[in-house]
Amino acid sequence: MRILRILAVVGCLGVVAPVASYAQGQTAARDEYVPISELPQDEQLPAAPMVVAAYAFVWVAFVGYVFTLVGRTKKLEADLKALERETR
Amino acid sequence: MRKYLHLALGVAAVVFATAPFAIHWAPYEVTMGLVQKIFYFHVPSAILTLVWALVCGVASAIFLFRKSKYADYVAVASAEMVVLLGSMMLVSGPLWGRKAWGVWWTWDPRLTSSLMLWITFLAYLLLRRFGGPGSDKLGAGMALFGMANVPFIYVSVNYWRTLHPQTTVIPNLVPPMAGPLWFAMLGFLVFSLVLVTLRAQLEEQRDRVEALYLAADES
Repeated sequence: MRILRILAVVGCLGVVAPVASYAQGQTAARDEYVPISELPQDEQLPAAPMVVAAYAFVWVAFVGYVFTLVGRTKKLEADLKALERETR
Repeated sequence: MRKYLHLALGVAAVVFATAPFAIHWAPYEVTMGLVQKIFYFHVPSAILTLVWALVCGVASAIFLFRKSKYADYVAVASAEMVVLLGSMMLVSGPLWGRKAWGVWWTWDPRLTSSLMLWITFLAYLLLRRFGGPGSDKLGAGMALFGMANVPFIYVSVNYWRTLHPQTTVIPNLVPPMAGPLWFAMLGFLVFSLVLVTLRAQLEEQRDRVEALYLAADES
């Protein structure tokens, strides 16, 4: 009889625990998800630094690439002059 | 040729100088606000990354099957453009995503396949730089492999439900947003075309100098 009671309690816990955990999860999920537009002002990420950083990277990358092209052209010219000296 | 290059460079300079004003005047997107303006640089860099990957793949195929040296020069120049524009895409995207989605990065099919494309072409350039003799043919095979990834990247957002917007966004843009986007696209296209042409010419000259060195050593 005692064993049956223990089993009954354990069985109840087995049913109740997942249901309670699911309900808690649902509540937690509801509590955790807040649309960005509804966040408090001090928790929102400022957009301007993101936009400026993206544009700055694009410009720096383009200018950097042009500089590498100029550098490689100069190196090639130097190689060509060295070759001219060698063949004379 | 030089005259056309100067003309193209002039057009690119004018477009790049005026594009920020066009983007500034474009209307704000309702839900994302200011951060959506990254779109006007992110989308052209992303589209042209795919375009130059296709060019690199086709040029590599021509080099492999027709032994055209100039196709190889174009392939090298295009691969550099894929890495350059791909870097812009991979940096501007997370900056936008952090604000719009709340995360810097997510392993969804579009983002992951784009990163793979970038890594493939970076590997191609490293192979060409340090691979030694035979790396041109091996690299050409690699570029074909990279090109095969392009259609997958394009359709990935339509086949899988991802955080990334679908390809239908751009054809359905309202004219005040579509105008600045295509204007920026023109600037990116012309400037990248100029850079690829210059880089291909540089590669041709470098190859000639190398051949002259070899001839001088032999004689």
